Amino acid sequence: MSFKSKVAGLPTPVKVLVWVLVAAFAYILPLLELPIISTPDSDFASVLFTVSIYCLVALGLNIVVGYAGLLDLGYVGFYAIGAYTVAILTSFHASWPLLLAIPVAVVVAMISGVILGAPTLRVRGDYLAIVTLGFGEIIRLVAVNTEWLGGSKGINNIGRPPNLGDPDKDGLFQVPHLFWGDGTVLVDTKDTTHFLIFGYADAVPYYWMGLTAVIVVLIADVLIKNSRVGRAWEATREDEDAAELMGVPTFKFKLLAFSTGAFVGGLAGALFASRQSFINPQSFLLLFSILYLAAVVVGGQGNRWGVLLGAGLVAYLPERFRGFEDFRVLAFGLALVLLATLRPEGVLPPRRTVRARQLEHELDELEEGSDGEEEARV
Amino acid sequence: MNLNFEFFFNNLPELTITGLAFGAIYALIALGYTMVYGVLQLINFAHSEVFMYGTFATLWVVMAFNAADANGIQLVLILIAALIASMAMSAAIALILERVAYRPLIKRKAPRLIALISAIGASFVLAELMGLRDRVASWVHLDDNLSDYVRKAKINNSMAGVLEKPRYDVFGVSISLIDIIVIVAAVAMMVLLDQFVRRSRLGKGIRATAQDPETASLMGVNPTRTIQMTFLIGGLMAGVAGFLYMLKLDATNYQVGFLLGVKAFTAAVLGGIGNLRGALLGGLVLGVAENWGQAILGSEWRDVIAFVLLVLILLVRPTGLLGESLGKARA
Repeated sequence: MSFKSKVAGLPTPVKVLVWVLVAAFAYILPLLELPIISTPDSDFASVLFTVSIYCLVALGLNIVVGYAGLLDLGYVGFYAIGAYTVAILTSFHASWPLLLAIPVAVVVAMISGVILGAPTLRVRGDYLAIVTLGFGEIIRLVAVNTEWLGGSKGINNIGRPPNLGDPDKDGLFQVPHLFWGDGTVLVDTKDTTHFLIFGYADAVPYYWMGLTAVIVVLIADVLIKNSRVGRAWEATREDEDAAELMGVPTFKFKLLAFSTGAFVGGLAGALFASRQSFINPQSFLLLFSILYLAAVVVGGQGNRWGVLLGAGLVAYLPERFRGFEDFRVLAFGLALVLLATLRPEGVLPPRRTVRARQLEHELDELEEGSDGEEEARV
Repeated sequence: MNLNFEFFFNNLPELTITGLAFGAIYALIALGYTMVYGVLQLINFAHSEVFMYGTFATLWVVMAFNAADANGIQLVLILIAALIASMAMSAAIALILERVAYRPLIKRKAPRLIALISAIGASFVLAELMGLRDRVASWVHLDDNLSDYVRKAKINNSMAGVLEKPRYDVFGVSISLIDIIVIVAAVAMMVLLDQFVRRSRLGKGIRATAQDPETASLMGVNPTRTIQMTFLIGGLMAGVAGFLYMLKLDATNYQVGFLLGVKAFTAAVLGGIGNLRGALLGGLVLGVAENWGQAILGSEWRDVIAFVLLVLILLVRPTGLLGESLGKARA
């Protein structure tokens, strides 16, 4: 019995327990300050927050690219819309509380997804990539040139999430971090995280917020993927005409995928804006759309765990090796080329691909067989 | 946003000619995108860096021969040398790109998205190598000899002052000689290439591969060689574009390729991707539209115009203005 089927054969309570343990480990990760994996040159919790935002973005983009097969090169546009909506509502033109602004931001991002998708999803393939690329750039350039959106200076003082407990009295309680000496592990009572105060210095509460969002989106992702909608997406991706003939309204489902992706992108942007407390158009360069896409493809598009891994790699590796600052982009580019040539399906390809590959292999064998017969006849 | 129509109508001829000059450069870069797309159905994302290396080759030749002190026939010879260097550099980069980033994937019949990722990676590597060329030079201990060429790696690199830019008054319209040279040279290159692809044996091979790679290879067209030649031609054209770009704007930097690449790709899509004449038309239309638009709306909207134009064209006519593929072009 293989490892995979052994895991699948475990009783449900055990599986749930394992997942809970994994999630718990993810939550306490920034407190552990583990050596080697912690980033020496930048705040580890901040890096983890960035990783969680990348995971969120990658999950959203995976719905568009991986499930529905729509190549989106302007995903950062939705991210920007989410961030700007929050910025405007909590700081620049109104002073809403963040928790009210986030749902609005998400809905605005989703509506913009529908508005962009309705005319463009009728064009196929690469044109979609270019239209979305153009869209992402238009959003950024409009933000640069519009005073109402803060222009190139951007917007600051963006609202923070509400605190739990009194910020002056260190919140509800304090959580100590660990300290790793030479071979000893100590609980560092001076270095604590206040539960749950969203301040400027300590990024741990933001990481918890981001991680929670990732888990919620992940659960929703599992449910959607296994539903009729998920199967309709897969059918549309594999063969649009056949899906249409089988009664799948492909356009409607593509639009749904696009706006669902925009929804998640907007959420990620909103969380990012509230952590940074400051945004300007430089945060939404086309480069980021490309990095997000790289995260999805590197990990293995269509496989949510692969995508999370890809997001982790793309966000974490450059921070971990900040010491080589000047060579980061160079190394990243090299890694992309190597990965693409050595492992074209991504680090963790979805199961479907493995099955499809077997099928392909069988077909190849059949073809070779028939070639042999023809030769024999000649 | 205030609309400045008065300025626009008073300077319409000048604006059009400058726009055409930019458009001609876009068109030359667009050729590389359009040909690779026609043959492989891939967006060659790293093509912008091929162009960028051409601009640097031009710059280096101009610096090496100290063109600022040259005049007359000497200057012309230096510029011709710069053009050849630019074409050679771009063609070499394009060939390396094909060998390293594309061929292994094409052989495996990898998904197209993966080829895009590989190209994006190659694009990062090429741009960063140029950005870090001071370091690269110090690795091979050439930094003392080459200090003029590698210094200020991350900032603008200019050859300003090498060329006089005479303007002539023709029927009351002030025309820059450089603009005319750029437009004429670009159009001449495009016509040459168009005829080459239509008439030559290699051109037929390229078109056949674009139509149906399997049948083409059964008819004796070597697909690998054809793809290589497609990259080579795209690189040569990008080299010409790099040279003309330096004539027009004098300065370059290691990130110059990105925006120009996006615009050139826009031009290719605008004209109908895979279509050589479409690339010319798309480039010129884009250049002129940009220049007109920026005269009316203000220069900060220049890049927005390009993208809005792209989105509009794709919505109204998704196959581009001339919507024809490389394979369907008739001899």
